[in-house]
Amino acid sequence: MFVQQVINGLTVGGVYALIALGYTMVYGILELINFAHGEIYMLGAYLGIIFLGFFTAIGLTSYSLPLALALTFVLSIVFCSAYGFTIEKTAYKPLRNASRLSPLISAIGVSIFLQNYVMLTQGATDKVFPHLFEETGFEMQGMTFTYIQIFIIVVSAVLMMLLNLFITKTRMGKAMRAVAQDKTMASLVGINIDTVISVTFVIGSGLAAVAGLMVAMYYGLVNYSIGYIAGIKAFTAAVLGGIGSIPGAMFGGILLGLVESLSSSYISPEYKDAYAFIILIIILFIKPSGLFGKAHEEKV
Amino acid sequence: MLELNNIHTFYGPVEALKGVTLKIDQGEIVCLIGNNGAGKSTTLMTISGILRPGSGSISFTGEDITDVPPHRIVEMGISHVPEGRRIFPRLTVKENLEMGAYTKNTKFKVQNSKFKNQFDKVYELFPVLKERGKQMGGTLSGGEQQMLAISRALMSDPKLLLLDEPSLGLAPLIVTRIFRAIKEINHDGITVLLVEQNAHAALNLSNRGYVLESGKITMHGLGKGLLNDEQVKKAYLGE
Repeated sequence: MFVQQVINGLTVGGVYALIALGYTMVYGILELINFAHGEIYMLGAYLGIIFLGFFTAIGLTSYSLPLALALTFVLSIVFCSAYGFTIEKTAYKPLRNASRLSPLISAIGVSIFLQNYVMLTQGATDKVFPHLFEETGFEMQGMTFTYIQIFIIVVSAVLMMLLNLFITKTRMGKAMRAVAQDKTMASLVGINIDTVISVTFVIGSGLAAVAGLMVAMYYGLVNYSIGYIAGIKAFTAAVLGGIGSIPGAMFGGILLGLVESLSSSYISPEYKDAYAFIILIIILFIKPSGLFGKAHEEKV
Repeated sequence: MLELNNIHTFYGPVEALKGVTLKIDQGEIVCLIGNNGAGKSTTLMTISGILRPGSGSISFTGEDITDVPPHRIVEMGISHVPEGRRIFPRLTVKENLEMGAYTKNTKFKVQNSKFKNQFDKVYELFPVLKERGKQMGGTLSGGEQQMLAISRALMSDPKLLLLDEPSLGLAPLIVTRIFRAIKEINHDGITVLLVEQNAHAALNLSNRGYVLESGKITMHGLGKGLLNDEQVKKAYLGE
């Protein structure tokens, strides 16, 4: 029972972490809470249905399911990244020098726009993710692990490790950290800030696309409003870990998933959504900057 | 090498530079002295493209750079060490230096010999940076941070180095050390524009000097000449 719930928690937590990374990376660089980020996750799920439907129609799915799935993932990532890139250029960049409230309102506007855009084009009712494979798994000492759960946990872990390598080892990753620490100085060493911001949105959106697609495969249903609650949860995870901190978002997401899963099975499932926020309140009460957050430094 | 022609720069409605004209020749050390708020840092920020002049023009090695974005200006060979050093606090010393070489260290040039040389060059200038390589930039002492800031600026192999108050808040011994390094850098063929409150040391080091007062150049001349000027003595040298 316990191990089973831990597996469930890690599955959901991995997804929260992937979305939370997008929030935390953008916040780290622009000090903007990108409220439209949950919508990118939702678009990832819808794009998955559309592309997989297309591949089924042309017969690719029956020819090779892994190939069709891989292509679906790649295309969803590319499209969501393009959405993220465009949103930044059109809704946030023109407001770069405005007061901090303006891009925040713009972000809420983009979120409302995208929800309604998907509702109008895809319908207001739930969409079913194509049922392509049997819900199989294996049993071990009375516990069931489905393959899709294992898949979500492995993919989330691999993506987080890759992101970590990118941030710590590559030239662009180091430039992202430099920009997050001091934008003016970063441009004085020759870093093009606009490029770094675009890369941040592209990576964050790509991760959200993967999260959306995996959740759609896991639950089998999507709706134009799924981005809202997932976004709030992932944002909570990012704050829990310390907004702006990448390891914080990873840890916060997984912690949130575990708390939800364990508390709903051991305490009561009716308040599932409340536990996340109770944990948030307790942690912020003890450490206001979040688990991995740095106390606010005054810039001299 | 660098020419500022009647530069006006505004902070919102406030006119911080009211027609600054100055010229620096290849190989010189030129200093800009003046009181707090005279516009010294603003002048440097305008040269490096962080601030846009409202009017006037800036040219560097014959090219107009008035509207060139900051990252392109670094590529063209101007490196700016801003006031307060602005080390990336949560990057290691080595990573700070790598960021300095950002424009050189493109994907295809990572292993090129010049990039390696640049590291050797700054380690030779300030050996302590090599020992501190893995330490976070924010944990260095003030003097070490200044050494790192200058070294980071040198990593891009600049033709012109802009230095804003390199002696600020440092112990006299370290200041001597930094000024000696500036001289060495200049010997290596890098032109230097130095902004200093420590007018005495700056004028001693420089070939020429400009005096900036409330956004205007009020005097210029040879470093030694300004040192002996009665007005400069009274206003900036405390004599």
